[in-house]
Amino acid sequence: MTPLTAVAMSGGLDSSVTAWLLAAGGEPVVGLSMLLWDRSHETTHGRCCGALDLGDARRVARQCGIAHYTLSMEEEFRRHVVDPFVDDYLAGRTPIPCTRCNTWVKFDLFLEKARSLGADRMATGHYARIVEGEDGFELHRARHAAKDQSYYLFELTQKQLAASRFPLGDMTKEAVRGLAREAGLSVAEKGESMEICFVSGGIREFVEEEVEARSEQVVPAKAGAPAQVVDREGAILGEGDPYYRYTVGQRRGLGVATGERLYVLGIRPGRNQVVVGAEQELLSSGLTGRKVHWIGRPPESSLEATVKIRSRHPGVLSHIQPDRAGGARIDFAEPQSAVAPGQAAVFYSGTRVLGGCWIEAGLGPGWT
Amino acid sequence: MAAVYLDHNATTPLDPRVLEVMLPWMSGGPGNPSSVHSFGQRAREAVDGARDAVARSLGGVPPEWVFTASGTEANNAVLLGLAHHWQARAKDLPGHLVISAVEHPSILRAADRLEASGFRVTRIAPDSDGAVDGERVAEALEDATFLVCLMLANNEVGSIQPVGRVAELCRERGIPVLCDAVQAVGKIPVSVRELGVDYLTLGAHKFYGPLGAAALWVRGGAAFESYLVGGGQERRRRAGTENVPAVVGLGKALELAVAELDERAAAMSAMRDRFEAGLGALGDVSIHARGTARLPNTSNIAFHGVAADSLMIRLDLEGFAVSAGSACSSGKPEPSATLTAMGIDPSTALSSLRVSFGTTNSLAETDRFLEVLERQLAAVRSHTRAAAGI
Repeated sequence: MTPLTAVAMSGGLDSSVTAWLLAAGGEPVVGLSMLLWDRSHETTHGRCCGALDLGDARRVARQCGIAHYTLSMEEEFRRHVVDPFVDDYLAGRTPIPCTRCNTWVKFDLFLEKARSLGADRMATGHYARIVEGEDGFELHRARHAAKDQSYYLFELTQKQLAASRFPLGDMTKEAVRGLAREAGLSVAEKGESMEICFVSGGIREFVEEEVEARSEQVVPAKAGAPAQVVDREGAILGEGDPYYRYTVGQRRGLGVATGERLYVLGIRPGRNQVVVGAEQELLSSGLTGRKVHWIGRPPESSLEATVKIRSRHPGVLSHIQPDRAGGARIDFAEPQSAVAPGQAAVFYSGTRVLGGCWIEAGLGPGWT
Repeated sequence: MAAVYLDHNATTPLDPRVLEVMLPWMSGGPGNPSSVHSFGQRAREAVDGARDAVARSLGGVPPEWVFTASGTEANNAVLLGLAHHWQARAKDLPGHLVISAVEHPSILRAADRLEASGFRVTRIAPDSDGAVDGERVAEALEDATFLVCLMLANNEVGSIQPVGRVAELCRERGIPVLCDAVQAVGKIPVSVRELGVDYLTLGAHKFYGPLGAAALWVRGGAAFESYLVGGGQERRRRAGTENVPAVVGLGKALELAVAELDERAAAMSAMRDRFEAGLGALGDVSIHARGTARLPNTSNIAFHGVAADSLMIRLDLEGFAVSAGSACSSGKPEPSATLTAMGIDPSTALSSLRVSFGTTNSLAETDRFLEVLERQLAAVRSHTRAAAGI
């Protein structure tokens, strides 16, 4: 008997077509939606987890002729994704909640729940590919670079890859939409959700609301106060917004008027400072990372690979030197701009994702 | 094979005989019962015919029966209306309400709202079988008690409450009683006079009638303030044009339910008892409310150590529809308020499933259900053990 596959259905175009493709293939499929962040009082369409999107998921499941259920995972989502997201901003980092969500919720709790329902495999609408190689399962970029989401999946394990399927990995967005139209799926014309699913307004406002709601012990005393804008030598240039509103590489909204264009080089939450400098000072020769994860067998020594330091980064040839504490030092073949702590550095060999780590700091010649 | 529906306490399928009497009122000509012309007169006769049928079936006189759109509306109307009535007369003395802790949400939440606006509420916990002690209700009565609410049968575990005894004790104090009989009508004998209550509510879709039709009995002379205001329908007790086909369906469904009560109850309890006898072989299960008088169709079972929502979905995928928590509170896996009030710990409550049989089920389906349940229970248990690394 073909094993049952659970499709993670958000109500968006990609996961809807994923469900349709598998169901049309005639294999047993069940649709599962996760209620992660209940904003049912908001009527905004096109945001993950809104009541309307869950309704879309249900409607598509009905069109596909498959059973559909909604799983409530609000507590877990807050614990594993939303709270760490706010923590990162308060620590002066720029987080990637989607990776954490994949690692801790979609390919962990969801898969566990799917298994408890009798589905041993899961499918999502991610644009990436899983290839069974000689050394186990490999994660590869999507066939078409424009939609590739492999960057967000670098923390997946062998077990997770063995149980997962990405039916859209070879397809273009246009082809996916074309299939949805052909199948008459109700979500065929639905737009793309580019922002962070749980933030409906601005990120700054979201972080501030969350900070307000927290007790004082867990928020640095100076959070909320205007940050000092300083140069690399520590000279005070002015007063800006609260420090967590800034991201490394940011140019606008510094509240400082000088002759030259200034960029955020770094954030010092402890001192409530935002360090700024000229564009060339943003350049780093490498980075230090923590929590290195290898999808396949870990390398025995250092290695050369292409490293992407944010999702839209084209990648740079690098020398990766893992250390014994689970961290790594990465040296770029040529300096890169705006290495932001909190983002992921993901290692590629051709189309294959070898693994990655979380960026701790950039290395000189830029600001350290 | 067709899916088997075992969730009759949530709602029941429409009896074809009921559909038959409803159809002319959906496909036929227009008719607003309040209109004076011949079209309106026909509709008026149909609604009054249904009202007569309700009074013949459950007692009281026809004018005491008010049609509403749902049991929730009927319960809300009595609670909120009497609270308002109290406020208008007692002025500064805060009114007091006594309810059981296992009432339906339409009473629990209405009581919460009254509490938030200055009323006092006493909630009487049941015993571990879900049965409320009538004497404890009587002990809670005060001079300012303006209403006591006690359901006739619990929707989740099926426990039958001592409504007649409570009504007797309340009558001595001159305190009115609302009996939510939504889950009881069609499963056990119900008579408004014998119960001795002042208000009683029921909903047609629990006894093979249509959705969107319910009835409220207000004993002649009992205080009542209408909840919906507008036109003078239902003797000024419930504004809004009557849902003629649904009301006609309610009347027919109730007549059938009362006429066939004995055989339906016998058939349902035969299936329920066979099912429960078969549960013994599954190991590590316990049946809630088994130590008290229960509805003949309801079985609420704790499958210890098993997540009930996972088991429920597995059963649904196999074509058997049961409930993990009552339909009104689905969505979130929170322990059932009824089971919690019975003193059952949260993990046991989250391991509990409700199976509610109906007239369209058969003993053969019951046996097939037991087989599938055994298989799925074994699968979910082995998964749970594997996940825990045991």
